[in-house]
Amino acid sequence: MNSVADSPQIDFTRQRKVVDALAAFLPEHALLYAREDVQPYECDGLSAYRQMPMVVVLPDTEAQVQRILQTCHALRVPVVARGAGTGLSGGALPPGDGVLLSLARFMRILDIDAAARSARLQPGVRNLAISEAASPYGLYYAPDPSSQIACSIGGNVAENSGGMHCLKYGLTVHNILKLRAYTIDGDLLEIGGDGLDSAGYDLLALMTGSEGLLAVITEVTVKLLPIPERAQCILAAFDDVGKAGQAVANIIAAGIIPAGLEMMDKITTGAVEPFVNAGYPLDAEAILLCESDGNDAEVAEEIERMKAVMRASGATEVRVSSSEAERYRFWAGRKAAFPAAGRVSPDYYCMDGTIPKRALPRVLKAITELSVKYGLRCMNVFHAGDGNLHPLILYDANQPGELQRTEQFGAEILKLSIDVGGTITGEHGVGVEKIDAMCMQFKPLELATFHAVKAAFDEHALLNPGKAVPTLHRCAEFGRMHVHAGQQKFPDLPRF
Amino acid sequence: MHEIIEQLASTIREAAAQHTPLCIRGGGSKDFYGGPLRGETLGVSAYHGIIDYEPSELVMTARAGTSLVEIENTLRYKGQMLAFEPPHFGLHSTLGGCIATGLAGPRRAYTASVRDTVLGARLLDGKGDDLRFGGQVMKNVAGFDVSRLLAGSMGTLGVILELSLKVLPLPVAEATLRFEHAAAGAIALMNEWAGQPLPLSATAWHDGKLQVRLSGAAAAVSAAIKQLGGERVDDNAAQRYWQDIREQSALFFTSAKTLWRLSVKSTTPPLNLPGAQLLEWNGALRWLATDADAAAVRAAAQSGGGHATLFRGGDKALGVFHALPPALHAIEHKLKRAFDPAGIFNPGRLYPDF
Ligand SMILES: Cc1cc2nc3c(=O)[nH]c(=O)nc-3n(C[C@H](O)[C@H](O)[C@H](O)COP(=O)(O)OP(=O)(O)OC[C@H]3O[C@@H](n4cnc5c(N)ncnc54)[C@H](O)[C@@H]3O)c2cc1C
Repeated sequence: MNSVADSPQIDFTRQRKVVDALAAFLPEHALLYAREDVQPYECDGLSAYRQMPMVVVLPDTEAQVQRILQTCHALRVPVVARGAGTGLSGGALPPGDGVLLSLARFMRILDIDAAARSARLQPGVRNLAISEAASPYGLYYAPDPSSQIACSIGGNVAENSGGMHCLKYGLTVHNILKLRAYTIDGDLLEIGGDGLDSAGYDLLALMTGSEGLLAVITEVTVKLLPIPERAQCILAAFDDVGKAGQAVANIIAAGIIPAGLEMMDKITTGAVEPFVNAGYPLDAEAILLCESDGNDAEVAEEIERMKAVMRASGATEVRVSSSEAERYRFWAGRKAAFPAAGRVSPDYYCMDGTIPKRALPRVLKAITELSVKYGLRCMNVFHAGDGNLHPLILYDANQPGELQRTEQFGAEILKLSIDVGGTITGEHGVGVEKIDAMCMQFKPLELATFHAVKAAFDEHALLNPGKAVPTLHRCAEFGRMHVHAGQQKFPDLPRF
Repeated sequence: MHEIIEQLASTIREAAAQHTPLCIRGGGSKDFYGGPLRGETLGVSAYHGIIDYEPSELVMTARAGTSLVEIENTLRYKGQMLAFEPPHFGLHSTLGGCIATGLAGPRRAYTASVRDTVLGARLLDGKGDDLRFGGQVMKNVAGFDVSRLLAGSMGTLGVILELSLKVLPLPVAEATLRFEHAAAGAIALMNEWAGQPLPLSATAWHDGKLQVRLSGAAAAVSAAIKQLGGERVDDNAAQRYWQDIREQSALFFTSAKTLWRLSVKSTTPPLNLPGAQLLEWNGALRWLATDADAAAVRAAAQSGGGHATLFRGGDKALGVFHALPPALHAIEHKLKRAFDPAGIFNPGRLYPDF
């Protein structure tokens, strides 16, 4: 995580050349390069990685975006797009020798088509602002990352962001219809359409989650859904984490797709309770939050079925929210997990592996063992319904060696996720953070395919270089280091 | 099974070396779809069987040659289903063909598309390399989403070997209602209903009649029946009706000489084109039996914000799929070359030039 030391210094001759070229068409306020002006852009939500950008541009028209890209392409200057900078994998970490392209001024909701249930947005529109604007029509935008008050829809598309409700309502990829995007050559791509599919290859799916490596998104059309009549939430407590994991599987096996299904372990409830006074049972080893939404009769029926499954799975306590206020209280603790981690520890590191749900008890046990091994506490919160884990490793960067131990701890969790048939990132992206872990998950030929896909859009690899897909050379280095350090993790774990 | 992969890979390598086109074929049920079949047939149905299915994960992993019937029966036995209600178009349709054509049935507008449910894939690319993308988990953003790119790619990117799909529980209750409406009224109603929290799972309009299927919790379905009114269709008749739409065995489809599929914005007014029309998906899908000029049909689709496909019959020489704007076409061409440098897989099946 400590790439600060490797940061290249700004090359002022190069900077002058790029600034001059951009100043030819950008107004003064849209072009920053003085140290104090570009400093706010030196990192995204993963602040352990920092780099001063050589130049920052803040365009507010598509024509400007196009010319910026054409100019950088001609000069062979790297470009990194940035939305709200809430990314957790260093995806928007600026280039020290290139241009950070902020989409923050593209804040307009261009159109809400209530009849067709869609909204056309500029990329800098905040996630929550979409649902706020749609609510007078009884509609909302379903994907709701915890960062929704801040993160941008452009960033959501670039990361394929999820949220509490994606088990039932899908990820970003399931909730968008159309994009306008510019390639590094300045070509406009209109991807997707107003219907439910489009001709040719499914570039809408390919663009989603592509972390700003393929094209710069300048407009997003999203689907809007009708707001459910009612929602109700169950809080179930368990005296054993494994039992809670089994309850998750039992809910799904019973044919129920909850609107949300989240788990928190004891350390987490203990950390968030003083913060939000949610009334969590603090003696429970784990709690589940399980939500039902729909019309009145449907919710009543589903809640009964959910309660029965929870009890049969050995829940020591089952509470059902009796009011909207109580439902919000149940969720408040889950939503406050990250800030609470920040309160009980000077620093925390959020992981993002996804695993098959059946591996949950085994992985949780292994994380507990790793926590002892590294002498670092770890809060476990996750989107249990889809197996997306967010272990929060608590550390203190001022203690010598803790950051390194944290990184090793994190790397072991990622390796573990792969070993049980999962993935190194469920929703936060690879960015710079998990670039080495990509070498564990993919074979060289698969990585080569990713590079070929990238080259189909961006021949000279100028868009967000060094992110998301490692070079084969880097993986070879990483492999050597790995063997050298003798890090064969969990040789006794069965693999499938 | 390993030998089958070895065999396929060596055929591919040889074909790549000789620049011999290969026509990838599962059960042959969708031979009619897309551009003309060209090249030596590469049969892939021998690579079949379900590899992993754990209902509580909502994920099934199967070999691409597995028959759709086997997949659906296995799921139904555990109370689950494919979310997108795919048309089989024949007895021998395979999972691989289903994903490669990307065709979905009546439920699609209310649940998920084919690509929405794809979680991971294993394929042989045009060099015969054995590659895996995505995985078996619900959320996965490691690397570009190559597995979803395969959905609807018409076999032009590689030989799909295995697929992992997200599946859904079968609805507890289902009911179909019938209404009398002209096209414009039906379109308005379908969109109005889609904007309300109703358990819709299919809509179809043809010849003055609108049929609406509701699926979900018993309480939700019965509340919706009360709210919507209309005439309740007998369950058996309803099942036959939706089956006939899904498999295109309804008279509208069987009597069409030239059948177009138009994918448009759901609120698009009734198409002003000669011939008969059948609407699905709240109006986002328009089937058109017409002898109208291809250019006129494509223009109508485009003005509805979408695209048109020459689905059955007609003159395929004029192109089956909607032409892409030049910048997009160029990128798709490069993608094709990235996966299949020698251009051996299903040439001309998607676009005339690749
Ligand atoms: C407290 C907190 C909670 C979070 N909770 C969740 C959660 O629940 N679920 C979840 O999925 N994520 C979560 N995140 C992560 C983050 O909010 C998401 O990844 C979000 O989508 C990033 O949006 P952004 O606008 O901040 O993008 P940025 O951080 O600015 O950029 C992210 C990536 O997208 C690219 N990008 C941005 N805009 C564009 C564009 N217009 N065109 C092309 N590329 C672009 C960037 O280059 C970069 O690679 C959380 C983050 C925080 C800090």
